[in-house]
Amino acid sequence: MSNKYRLSSGGEINRSEIVSFKFNGKTLYGYKGDTLASALLANGIHLVGRSFKYHRPRGIFSSGVEEPNALVQIIKDQGKTDPNLRATQIEIYEDLNVISQNCWPSVNFDIGAINNFFSRIIPAGFYYKTFMWPASLWKNVYEYFIRKAAGLGKSPTKKDPDIYDHSYYHCEVLIVGAGPAGLMAAKTAAKSGKKILLVDERSSFGGNLNFSNKDYNKINDQTPFDWIKKTYQDLEKNKNIKILNRTSVAAYHNYNYLIMLQNLTDHLPDKDKKGKIRQRLWKIRARKVILATGAIERPMIFDCNDRPGIMLSSAVRKYVNTYGVKCGENITIFTNNDDAYETAITLHDKGVKIKAIIDIRDNSDGTLPKKCIDLGIKIHWKSTVVYTEGYKKINKIHVMKLSKDNNNVVGNKFKIDCDLLCVSGGYTPAIHLFTQSGGKLEYNEQKHYFFPKKNTLNQISVGSCNGTFGLKNIISEAQEKTNEFLNIDQKEQFNVLEPKGEKFENIWLLPTNKVSGKTKSFVDYQNDSTSNDIKLALREGFKSIEHVKRYTTTGMATDQGKIGNMHALGIVSEITNTKLGELGTTTFRPPYSPITFGALVGRNVGQFFDITRKTPMHDWHEKNNAKFEDVGQWKRAWYYPSNNESMYDAVQRESKAARTKAGILDASTLGKIDIQGSDASEFLNRVYTNAWSKLAIGKCRYGLMLNEDGMVYDDGVTTRLGENHYIMTTTTGGAATVMGKLEDFLQTEWPELKVYLTSVTDHFATVSVCGPYSKKILEKVTQNIDYSDINFPHMSFKDGLIDKIKCRVMRISFTGELSYEINVQANYGQSVWEKCMKAGKDFGITPYGTEAMHLLRAEKGFIIVGQETDGTVTPVDLQMDWIVSKKKYDFIGKRSLYRSDTMREDRKQYVGLLTNDPKEILEEGAQIVAEVKNMPPMDMVGHVTSSYYSPNLNKSIALAVVKNGKKLKGKKLYVPMPNKTIEVTVSDTIFLDKEGKRLNA
Amino acid sequence: MKKKYSIFALIKNSLSYHENWQKAWRNPEPKSKYDAVIIGGGGHGLASAYYLAKEHNFKNIAVLEKGWIGGGNTGRNTTIIRSNYLWDASAGLYDHALKIWENLSQELNYNVMFSQRGVMNLAHNQHDVRELKRRTHANRLNGIDCEWLNVEQVKKFCPIINCSPNIRYPVMGSTLQRRAGTARHDAVAWGYARGADAMGVDIIQNCEVKGIKRNGDSVEGIETTKGFIRTKKIGVVAAGHSSVIANMAGIRLPLESKPLQALVSEPIKPIIDTVVMSNAVHAYVSQSDKGELVIGAGTDAYISYTQKGTHEIIEGTLKAILELYPIFSRLRMLRQWGGVVDICPDASPLISKTSIKGLYFNCGWGTGGFKATPGSGHLFAHTIAKDEPHALNASFNINRFVSGDLVDEHGAAAVAH
Amino acid sequence: MFLIKCPFCGERDHSEFSYGGEAHLVRPKQPTELSDDQWAEYLFMRKNIKGLQYERWNHLHGCRRWFNMARDTSNDKIHSVYKIGEKPSK
Repeated sequence: MSNKYRLSSGGEINRSEIVSFKFNGKTLYGYKGDTLASALLANGIHLVGRSFKYHRPRGIFSSGVEEPNALVQIIKDQGKTDPNLRATQIEIYEDLNVISQNCWPSVNFDIGAINNFFSRIIPAGFYYKTFMWPASLWKNVYEYFIRKAAGLGKSPTKKDPDIYDHSYYHCEVLIVGAGPAGLMAAKTAAKSGKKILLVDERSSFGGNLNFSNKDYNKINDQTPFDWIKKTYQDLEKNKNIKILNRTSVAAYHNYNYLIMLQNLTDHLPDKDKKGKIRQRLWKIRARKVILATGAIERPMIFDCNDRPGIMLSSAVRKYVNTYGVKCGENITIFTNNDDAYETAITLHDKGVKIKAIIDIRDNSDGTLPKKCIDLGIKIHWKSTVVYTEGYKKINKIHVMKLSKDNNNVVGNKFKIDCDLLCVSGGYTPAIHLFTQSGGKLEYNEQKHYFFPKKNTLNQISVGSCNGTFGLKNIISEAQEKTNEFLNIDQKEQFNVLEPKGEKFENIWLLPTNKVSGKTKSFVDYQNDSTSNDIKLALREGFKSIEHVKRYTTTGMATDQGKIGNMHALGIVSEITNTKLGELGTTTFRPPYSPITFGALVGRNVGQFFDITRKTPMHDWHEKNNAKFEDVGQWKRAWYYPSNNESMYDAVQRESKAARTKAGILDASTLGKIDIQGSDASEFLNRVYTNAWSKLAIGKCRYGLMLNEDGMVYDDGVTTRLGENHYIMTTTTGGAATVMGKLEDFLQTEWPELKVYLTSVTDHFATVSVCGPYSKKILEKVTQNIDYSDINFPHMSFKDGLIDKIKCRVMRISFTGELSYEINVQANYGQSVWEKCMKAGKDFGITPYGTEAMHLLRAEKGFIIVGQETDGTVTPVDLQMDWIVSKKKYDFIGKRSLYRSDTMREDRKQYVGLLTNDPKEILEEGAQIVAEVKNMPPMDMVGHVTSSYYSPNLNKSIALAVVKNGKKLKGKKLYVPMPNKTIEVTVSDTIFLDKEGKRLNA
Repeated sequence: MKKKYSIFALIKNSLSYHENWQKAWRNPEPKSKYDAVIIGGGGHGLASAYYLAKEHNFKNIAVLEKGWIGGGNTGRNTTIIRSNYLWDASAGLYDHALKIWENLSQELNYNVMFSQRGVMNLAHNQHDVRELKRRTHANRLNGIDCEWLNVEQVKKFCPIINCSPNIRYPVMGSTLQRRAGTARHDAVAWGYARGADAMGVDIIQNCEVKGIKRNGDSVEGIETTKGFIRTKKIGVVAAGHSSVIANMAGIRLPLESKPLQALVSEPIKPIIDTVVMSNAVHAYVSQSDKGELVIGAGTDAYISYTQKGTHEIIEGTLKAILELYPIFSRLRMLRQWGGVVDICPDASPLISKTSIKGLYFNCGWGTGGFKATPGSGHLFAHTIAKDEPHALNASFNINRFVSGDLVDEHGAAAVAH
Repeated sequence: MFLIKCPFCGERDHSEFSYGGEAHLVRPKQPTELSDDQWAEYLFMRKNIKGLQYERWNHLHGCRRWFNMARDTSNDKIHSVYKIGEKPSK
């Protein structure tokens, strides 16, 4: 294999395991332990992607989560492709196949790069200023092309075959980040015996300490790597600590509730992924949180600072030390601090040529710069890079001296050939999670960063995320603050060797020798926002930092500004002459780094999307070819087609049978509330519109429930089982809310009432048998019940037995037929149903579903709450004045019936409708007018709420609410449909058996 | 006079490296007295000021914004614009707005990117079907475009929707309003601000209202962090903070302010060309021009002014998204955020006079105010200028809560987004 | 995501609870005696406070008991929980 840029030794990769992968169709090799970025760099590949707007060539810039440029798409199949992944985070595995994004036809030759040519006329916000004429072209022309050019990778086009999981975890201490600070905090905390969780987003622990130069950094005379390893091994021995790698905290919510994503298989070869959970979302409740999230290195902002081959200095160091990869052979470094010198020395020690170091400072007496001077590395003090050359890869930098005040460049420009430019602009504490949690920041004017000032939750920040730099400072702080935070005393002395040199100078936007308008100094690499865009926004009056962000889109790319946000703030602060502390930051929003929808949803997809509630007779319905209807979470038998019957035919047959012979319906889904207590009758008086005190034991009564604003809310039959005992039925959909509302009133408004409610919906199965033969069938099925009308009249109930099973039979009817409802303990539901079917066989018993039930009740004009009503209908509107007690002093909703609008005479009222042509069936939801116009708008007077063809009346019938309907009986109205207008006559709502004779038939 | 924006202006300005663009708006200090003051520099407030100046000839207007303009719900919403509401009053209001949207970019000379890509409302059960058909018929007779799509037509119009009959809540059809769509939210605030500023409206940012001064039953002025401002007319367009201002004036409103969240995915190439909403499973999604999937979640039930909601709401929304679009499972959430929405009990807004003379409220837009922005501003300006409502907002008065004449849009299966 | 201390069960996750709006709104004993304005005031008008608010919660997926809570709506900090009929502790 040819890894031209791989050093012959070193790094943490496993050189015995060669991994082959594909990049843009070409097979390349790396080692196990490589990231895609390190493997590409080992192969000498820098150019990975194209930028969002100008399609400029872009290379690998960093080594981690902050990467703005090197985004790739993993190709597997249509259901398993992943867009927008960072090459710096992908751990390579055998058969990994990735391509560059946002380029066509290829990353090397991208037509979109023409945008770069036009870049001068497309500054920030250009689209607000153009594409307005003509208006009609926006969607299909301008927007079409803008959309096509925008976007990054491609969405999968097939269902994701992978599995995601959720876990909950409670701990006393959560430590986020396992760099030196996090490890030290964990080490200290572990001894306390508390339950601890330590997480880090990377595959290995130690953070940036992992790749620091071992000659200059030591803890207790151990190399950084040895110390990390030892510390980790010691931690692992503690039973009270759980350690997770590849686990990133995405969101930090109030009350120390955190969301984390753990990657379980993305790094494995495909064959090892099979059957395993891909990612796990953790929901953490932590008593205390220790943030040790580290810091992110900053770039430098100068003209053409975005070319492939320009990389963060710390990243270059990491590629050498961790992966044994040199990112170039002729290296230049541009810095404002000593840290970059460690990179220089590290590379130099590995035999890589450092051509020059450009330092904006006028000197540094730090250990590392001195060493560089000793090594003979050329340092250009008080200088800046003003330009870079090289289209697809940097090949030259232009350097000039800085003026005394750093505002200008002076002297002659000189050029240095190179194939890599390491930039180091200092470090920004990673305060994202801290601010998500509600913490307030303060700006350090000397060190030029925001750091945690005041936290609102039970939490501390330690290490560089707290603005503490220097190895010794970091680990001492972690130890001290952890002790204090957990109120323990676990001290250990450390002997730390580290280079001296903290001198740091900061220039947000480096001066240039050009007209600033001619430069392209990128602040947000991925979104192609430049310093000029920021200046333009300010010039146009966008003063707030949030406006600048939105106008220029700085910080809104997939890296969420991890690289460039500080510079954007700095530039705004300089230009507007506002102190950064006063300017503030834009809001950091979750997640810290993007997380898959799949992980957020976990297993709650497909059949687990929502609970499915099934009645005890569900299996029977299924076996008998029922079609089901979703009613809330319930599956209800809708109709039972036999022999390829259409829905219409099945419903007609079922409805007819129910009136001529016998029908059987599964009514188990109706809500059932058991009400007991000495004030039960009074309670019902208050919650229903009608009176309950005089209902005799053993009798049933229909009740209507209103909202406090007077609108119909629920209805159902309630049965008095004993002096202080009722059972209420509610609508299927309303069961839970009615129960909740009743409890609410009992506990908070009427605590003096002695009433106890229990939801018993799932405890009973309900079989409803109706029709002329229903009594005969019931007599065969039940024992101990006398079904004579005198003993067992309509609206009463009897207890009985079915074999040895207790049952409660209610003689109530929603179809208008003689009808009984058998209630048995739920487990017996199916057997009782089957008994009824058997007993009814000779009588032609026919199972009917909800659709026939709706038809049958419509023939009788019975309302369905939620169909005839929509939250705007009063009982008076329904012409149900009879059920609204005038005598009762109060009930829920009563007062609202007496407001000016609810008392209006011409409200929409419940009526029946008949079509001229009895075969014409109106569409439910169709609107009604009194006067037809040639074209809309037309004044609507109401709408059709229910409509069926009645097999028992041999004509179509409909129910409706119509303005002033009470007074319109016999009048003609019109239903204008798209292709015709249907004339209708207003009728009574009861179409069949007005006298109610069939109840006793 | 503002210089016109155009491609020619862009080319011309590029020659001077864009150094000569005018300010989109000034940042003036407040005067001591105005003829009318709008509290709240969101889209609705800026539009109100714009139309007061443009159509009612008010010369001396200020808009007070406690933060930065467009920073509240204007800049936090999912930008859906539609007018397919059930009730006549709502349909009239929202279609008035939609008609203004159709020429807004040209009127403001600011591209608000109104994209009429259509809005679908999916039905998942018999109740949905009935209610959405009811709405379709009502829209048609109100002269609003709206069609019913059966499942095959749904599949054809938006192929990535999972139309399998075997999912937990199968798609049973959909409404489609073709004139509906999306717009660029920030641009609406900025475009109105630029337009209002050009007519002399003072847009005063970082100016928080501290008190409303009353003289008996009339308003006299406003205490602000930038001093006292005298005015006889105050239009409050403070969304989630409406009750806070109302409390200063000593009145109560039928509002609750709740967290509403939204999220975007990382940008991807175009995959969905319309807006799809589903009330039954609580999800709505569109794709921004930048390529992000813009996904709206529901409100939390409790009052909060923190602009933060609960994780469970996000999870529930994405659950529904993946149910409808299983292909999105591997896409990644880039950013989530929250706003504070003020909700009336009937899910309809208030554009109303109050018991105090000179004090007007435009609030209660709940989760769906963005779509109404131009219409809301236009009608509110009328209400303030004439001291009486326009016919189109007469129903949205505060007295409806006394009479009971509510405009109940949630009972009518109209998702209020 | 609040961590709510149910006065009957102790600390539980937010998701077990449901919210019930402004607390201490007493349903009028004689609604019919009220004017339409007064009824509307009870029925619809709310303080909707930004700051310390007294509100009702129900431990729906727990003991099903209603209780009151004092919470600052500007930062969601819970100051106290107390039973129905009790006064908030200062």
